Order: sequence, then C-alpha cells, then structure tokens
Amino acid sequence: MTVTEDAATLAPAKEVGQPRKRKEDARLITGKTTWTDNMSLPGMLHIAVVRSPVAHARITNLDVTAAKAAPGVVEVFTGRDLAEEQGSIPCAWPVTPDMVNPGHPSIAVDSVNHVGEAVALIVARSKVAAQDAVELVDIDYDVLPPVLHMEEAVKDGANLVHDGLSSNTSYHFVFDGGEAGTAADTEQAFADADVVVSRRFVQQRLIPAFMEPRSVVVQPQGDAFTMWSATQIPHILRVMLAMVTGVPEHKLRIIAPDVGGGFGGKLQVTPEEVLALLVARRLGKPVKWTETRSESLMTAHHGRDQIQYIDIASDREGNVKGLRCRILADMGAYLRLVSPGVPVLGAFMFVGIYKFPAYRFECDGIFTNKVPTDAYRGAGRPEATFAVERIMDELAVELGMDPLELRRKNWIQAQEFPFTTAAGLEYDSGDYEQATQQALQLIGYEELRAEQRRRRESEDPVQLGIGFSTFTEMCGLAPSRVLGSLAYGAGGWESASVRMLPTGKVEVVTGTTPHGQGHETAWSQLVADQLGVPFEDVEVLHGDTAIASRGMDTYGSRSLVVGGTAVVKAADKVIAKARRVAAHLLEASEDDLDFAGGSFSVRGTPGTGLSIQEIALATFASHNFPEGMEPSIDAEATFDPVNFSFPHGTHICAMEVDTETGMVKIRKYACVDDVGTVVNPLIVEGQVHGGLAQGIAQALYEEAVYDDDGNLTTGTFVDYLVPAASDLPHFDTGNTVHEAPGNPIGAKGVGEAGCIASTPAVVNAALDAVRHLGVTDILMPLTPERVWRALHRGGDGGERATAGTVAYGGAQTETTTGVSTDASSLGGDR
Amino acid sequence: MTQINVRVDGVAYVDDVEPRTLLVHYLREQLGKVGTVVGCDTSNCGACTVHLDGEAVKSCTVLAVQADGSEVTTIEGIAPQGGLHPMQKAFHEMHGLQCGFCTPGMIMASIDLVNDNPDPTEDEVREGIEGNLCRCTGYQNIVRAVQQAAREMGGAEMNPSGAQS
Repeated sequence: MTVTEDAATLAPAKEVGQPRKRKEDARLITGKTTWTDNMSLPGMLHIAVVRSPVAHARITNLDVTAAKAAPGVVEVFTGRDLAEEQGSIPCAWPVTPDMVNPGHPSIAVDSVNHVGEAVALIVARSKVAAQDAVELVDIDYDVLPPVLHMEEAVKDGANLVHDGLSSNTSYHFVFDGGEAGTAADTEQAFADADVVVSRRFVQQRLIPAFMEPRSVVVQPQGDAFTMWSATQIPHILRVMLAMVTGVPEHKLRIIAPDVGGGFGGKLQVTPEEVLALLVARRLGKPVKWTETRSESLMTAHHGRDQIQYIDIASDREGNVKGLRCRILADMGAYLRLVSPGVPVLGAFMFVGIYKFPAYRFECDGIFTNKVPTDAYRGAGRPEATFAVERIMDELAVELGMDPLELRRKNWIQAQEFPFTTAAGLEYDSGDYEQATQQALQLIGYEELRAEQRRRRESEDPVQLGIGFSTFTEMCGLAPSRVLGSLAYGAGGWESASVRMLPTGKVEVVTGTTPHGQGHETAWSQLVADQLGVPFEDVEVLHGDTAIASRGMDTYGSRSLVVGGTAVVKAADKVIAKARRVAAHLLEASEDDLDFAGGSFSVRGTPGTGLSIQEIALATFASHNFPEGMEPSIDAEATFDPVNFSFPHGTHICAMEVDTETGMVKIRKYACVDDVGTVVNPLIVEGQVHGGLAQGIAQALYEEAVYDDDGNLTTGTFVDYLVPAASDLPHFDTGNTVHEAPGNPIGAKGVGEAGCIASTPAVVNAALDAVRHLGVTDILMPLTPERVWRALHRGGDGGERATAGTVAYGGAQTETTTGVSTDASSLGGDR
Repeated sequence: MTQINVRVDGVAYVDDVEPRTLLVHYLREQLGKVGTVVGCDTSNCGACTVHLDGEAVKSCTVLAVQADGSEVTTIEGIAPQGGLHPMQKAFHEMHGLQCGFCTPGMIMASIDLVNDNPDPTEDEVREGIEGNLCRCTGYQNIVRAVQQAAREMGGAEMNPSGAQS
C-alpha cells in the first residue's frame, strides 16, 4: 500500500484494518520464550502424579513405603493426606437448581472414577527421580463395573458412576420457546407439520490437544504464593483457588506466561494446579509439575461428546415449522469448571440462522467413568451448528430440494436484522446471501456441480460431493446479566487500563489472557488509532494478576469484542483527561480543542499542536497542571456488553470419496466469514485457518476412544490423530463486513468460527458424494473403514469402527433414518 | 554417568549425563536451552526438532550420549544475536505461528527440508513437515512461510560465499 505524504498528513493511515505483523513473534521464533516448564527456581521440587489404571474402583490398599525410600524422593502424598484441605474442583455453572454435583476431589481418596485420576503424588528433587518412584507405589483396587455409554447409563438399573447418587443423570435442562414466549408451541407445530424428519447424530468425544503440555510452578513466599501456570484463565483461577484451598485471594498471584495454545482446554481449574499449591504450602518449597503428552490426553478435560436426537418439521414447500432437540451430554466422571454449561451454551444456537417458528431443547448431563468434558473450541455451538446444518440437508433430501435453496428459503434476510430467534437471541447484523454468493464464487460452484454430474453418470469409483454450512454463533461472552439468568457463577465484563509513561510510550493492561491470539499486536493497533501514537510505542501487558488485577480472561471469542472495547474505552478516558491538561497548557477552552493524529490543537489556530505524548511528560512533571486535577492522565475502563455478537458465514466443502477404498479427500474448501470489523486481517485469516483445521479434524480424524474397560486407547499422538500439514487442504477464505452494533470496534469475534462451521460442511459433502449409493449417514470421524462400511454394508459405518478397539463393542447399528425413538436410539452403537 | 563432548549452538560442552538422558532433556535441563521444547512422548509432534550435524532430528528420539562428538544446532543458534534466519523471518512475515509452541521445531524441520529441496511445491512442503504438528495455524501460512524462505535461502545459496544473512 502506498500512502502519499500529503494524504498521510491529512488523514493518518488507520492501524485498524492493517495486516500488522505480530509483536509476539520476536520471542517465539527465536526460542526466547517463557513457557511455564522453562521455569526453574532455587530449591525447586518436582511432582509426578501416580494415576489410576482402572476406570472405576475402590482403593483398598495404598502403600507408598518403597516410593518414599527411593533416591531423591522428598515426600509422597496420598488422597488421605490431602483430604481435609483439597476441597472440590469448582463447578461454576449449576445449570439447573437441582443439578447433581458429586464433588470432584483433586486426588482420589477412597475411590477412582476414571482412568488417569490422581491417586498419589511423588515429590522429588528431580523430575526423573519423581517419575522413577511412580512405579514404586503399590495400590490395590477393588474394581467396579465402569459406566461408559450414555444410552446405557440412563437405563433403569444401570450401574452407577457414583454410589451415593440415585442415577447417572446430573441435570435435565430445558429451553422451550413456547414456554419462554420466544416461539410457538413445539408439539403443536410438529402435529400440524406436513413433514417431520428425525435423526440421531453423534458428536464424538474430542481432545483439545493444545501443543504445550500443561505445567504449573508454585513458589511460596511467607504466607503468599505465586503460581505460574499454562492457563487461559489466571484471573478466574485465582478466585477459584482461593475458594477451594482457603489461601486468601490477596495472598495468591497467578501468572500465565507464554501459553502454548488452549482452545478451551486450559479454561479450567485443574486438579494438578490445586495439588501443586497444596504441596508447596505443606513443604514451604517451590514445586513444579509438567505433564507428559499421554497424561495430557488422558486427564486434561475432553470436549464435545453428545448424542443428539433432532426432529425438524416443515411444510411440503420447505418452510420450516419447528425444531426439537433432545441431547445426551457426557459430563465424564465429575463436573469441572463449566462442564454442565457447555451444552447449555449450545441450547440457544440449534436454530442456527433459520426462522423456526417453534423450538424446544432439552439436555441431560450424564456421568460416565471417563475424564470430564468441558470447553473445547466452540463449546456447545459446534454441536448445535452440526445438528442444524446436518438436519437441514436431511430435510432437503426428504423434500427433494436443493440444500442451499432450502436454507435460503428459511434464513433471516439481511433487512430483517436485528432479528430475535425462536431461542430468544437477538442477532445483530449480517447478510447470509452475500456471504453465500461470495463463497460460491470462491469455490467455483457450478463447475464442481458439473463435475459431480459427470462422475455420477460415468459411475466413477471416485465420487464428488459438495456440502454447505451456513452458520452463525454467539460470541463476545458475555453480558453479565444474561450469564446471571443462566446461573453462571461470574460476570462477562472485561477490564483494561492505559498508562501514559513519561517518555510518551504507552502501557496497555488488559484482563484478557492471550495464548496465541495476537492481542499484543491487535490491542496496539486499537490504541495507536485511538491515541494517535505510533504502533511501536504501545506495549500490552497481560496474564499476571499482579499487573492486570482485574480480568475475565480469554475464551468464547470474547477478547476483542469485550476486552478490546475496554481498551478503547480506557484510551478514550485518557484522551478526556489529556484534553483538560492540553486546554490548561494551551490556555484555551477544552471545547475549542481538536484532537487528531495524537495532537490537541486550538481550532482555527494553526501551529498550536500539543501531542498526547508531550502531555504525558508534562503530567510526569506536573509543574504546571490544571488546578484541582490529580497529576495523572492514566485511566481504566470496564466494559460489560449488552448483547452477544453474532459472526456468521458460509462454508462450502468439495469432497472426493473413493467408493472402492472409503478414502475421503477434501478437494476444495472455501468460506466467507463475517466477523464484523477486521482489526488485523493477517490474524483473522490465521484464526479462521486454525479453526477450520480443528473442525475438519472432528469430521475426518479425531476421536477419543475408550475400550470396554474404560481405558483411553487414543492416549498418544500415535492414536489421537491431530492432523499434520499433509492431512489438510488449502483453504480459500474471504470476508464480508457487517459491523457489530454492540461495541465501538464493530468486531464480532473470530476465534471459534472456523471450528464451528466446518464440521457439518465436511460431513454434508461426503454424504452428498455417496447419497445416491444409499448412504444416509456416516459417523464421525469419517475414517476410510467407516465410509467403506457405510457404502458396502449399509448403516452409518459405525459398527466395529476400529478393529482391535472395543469402543463399539460388537453392538449392532440400526439405520436411524426416519426414527429417533428411545428404542432405536438405545439400540445404537454407543 | 557418561561423559560427552558436544558443541551446541557453537559452544563446546563437556558434561556428565546419565546414559538414559534424552538429548532434549540435556539441552533444556543441563544447558538451559529452553527454546527447544517437549510436546509429546512418542516422537510424533516434532516440537523438539534440532539439527544434529546439520540434519533435523527429534531430540526426544536421540540420547544425549549419541550426540557425543557432534554439533547440535537449536532454534537459539541459527542466527546471530539480533538477527534472523530467513526461515524465522518468513514465519514472522507470513504469520506462520500463533501460540508459537511448535515453532522452534517447525522452523528447524523446515530449514532441513529446504536444504534438501531448495524449491519445494506446496505438496512437497506439506509432506516434508508432516512430522511436525501445529494445532493453531491449520498449516497454510506455515507452507507459505517455508516457500518464501526457500526463495530467500536459494538466493543466498547462489552467493559464492554461501553466507545466509
């Protein structure tokens, strides 16, 4: 881009919208990083965790004598040693008043409820010594039958995960649009409908699989503690640890240094964080725990894992009349920070972008003997989007309509915004038609359809399919008032402060906690524009509760929308204060001052400019300051959004399916997302790419598989298939821009879009390729074996998905087409 | 304990190590070379990739004693202080990283790839770095970065002095 000097003088190029290269990179590309595991403190001890090898058992004997005597071992702790002080891992989201929470010990005391649960801690002078001693702990287990399949777990007489409870159901959450007054009566809508299509969809269990394994270091200093942790949520962690352990909040400082990815997986108060704090308190010495990858996959919380029974009603012309969703959501063995809330976040998104007149959602949270589930990129919204985008395709098939025409017939029109949906959310802005048209062009739609016809006519062994996902999501978590109405335990505001240093440099303190998102760069762009200072003059501080004292951290595509807005508002307050100083120094009225390009000038008096950076120095000196004004122009702001923001987009996948081998291959992938104002197109594109990779991975590669004994059989990266570069296609991405009216930046959030939208587009594409061969559904992930089985044996390919594992334990899969009764769904494969 | 002689990022070390010590643990824990990280325990992720006598290896798959007498280069030694290797520069310019945890290994693997294939196609890059996992980027910008660096490194190769700035 070329900017002439004249133009630059008249109107300085705005930073917002520029593809600024990231400030963060300098340390990351040179290895000068501060990952938690890099920390080493004098006298630091190392913790290794002894973990349960069984899914469900009573601990009958635990002998740590040999471990205690091992070389280098300082102490060994069992659950009994810590029972009185460990409290329970907190669950901040009791989604119903009668939700059952059995409590979640950080370390097992009498019983274990999933493989990998902590049963003893070795504390040693070196990591190696700690790990060696793990083998020496002798434990006897009285093994109980594990509860592993939700549809079995809800049957009468089912084995129980928790002895003291009457069932495996934690909660039953209902949102009924008719009762809420946001929609018509659902039962009536279905009774009156010409067509009803019912399907059972499975959202397999996934693992966030952030690249940096979790790590925590705790340093005791007198009665205070500093904790470094690979966390997304230092602020929430501080509050929660104080509540759980009784260490007073003001005696706890939490630092999230460089954090290597999270995707929701580090949105947690982990047992190991609690335990490291307890051990440091007991021993008065600094301690470190860093997990191995196998520990991470086995014990860090998982995501998704829903069975969805979806009914859609419509008339013959394809006007949708109602949507009914019944969900079983696997909580795992315990409730963690927001485990029960994840499906509830989805509850309001199942209607997608469509004008359903009637809507009902109900969800049962179910305990099983598996690691708990919790937030994973999208958290509830991918599940909802998958269901509605898949059922729209199924309805289109039933009606003999083009899937895009059916969508178009029912989606909210551009002129109808703001639009209140049957789920009661007010969608802010957008144009679904415009995004769709752009996406169709990007992918070369007509040509692909022509090729598809040719391949069908010639009965080519490689068939081509095209799949759509026209999605929206609720982002910018969240209006505190709404969170309160959903019984969430905290607010959704965000805090920022802007500090003007004497030399005119600017420190921005944000309550968001980036772990790859580029906030240091984007926030610098926001502040450079607002204050009119150079991008390079801004430093963004975050992730340390002693520096950024207030914050709600980073998740739910909230950081720019909520946290960025707080930054803008803090900068505005700085300008307001500086204006008063400028008026004083320029001997003018505040009303007569213009502020542009970082300088105050008296209107109509050329040459009177005084820059905000000069005012910072004048404030430092305070020799000549407005009467009665405190000598500071620093400011802080807290922003609480009134509404969510609603990014949307159209994703199109073209998929080749080899009918002879079952291999699927994404031929082309194009998407056009509307994330509102784009602050940094480089970062936005990167976020979309990364989201697409994870969404496609759900469709094609990833699944956390447990065997019949409750062992995680995908406990390494050999078995849990995080895609490599060679597994993913090139992405063609684009944007439309409809500003979010709910914040001054106009941003809607981008972190989760690609992940939410892509999964159903990929599955719809695969089905579009083989539907004429009689295939109506294929279970995710679409492994070649499943695709081949679906093609050659019928059903959804799910039975005996992976030879050698028993996750599908010889069960027979019934074709679920047209049925979603209890009987048929209970006869399913998992 | 076994004694090893090894040069790491241009500095000679003589150290005693347990025979079972992995090269990555020696680098991180004994030398403080924490730019090289551990991402898995099955040699799948490649986050620990370094160069051993000029070839990319996963340093979690090499024993420290196997590096005896060898030259090891880590992410901290591929460019002079204050400078950047063309691959580092390209990752920055093409936004080939987000959280950056995989980046040191990804850069080391990519340099090795371009040394072997100075002008890789997109597919060749994707195949060439499949031993390194990234969870953030979806790889597209990494591919762009490797191709851009290849152009720059190729240009440097034509320089008779062989210097790569």
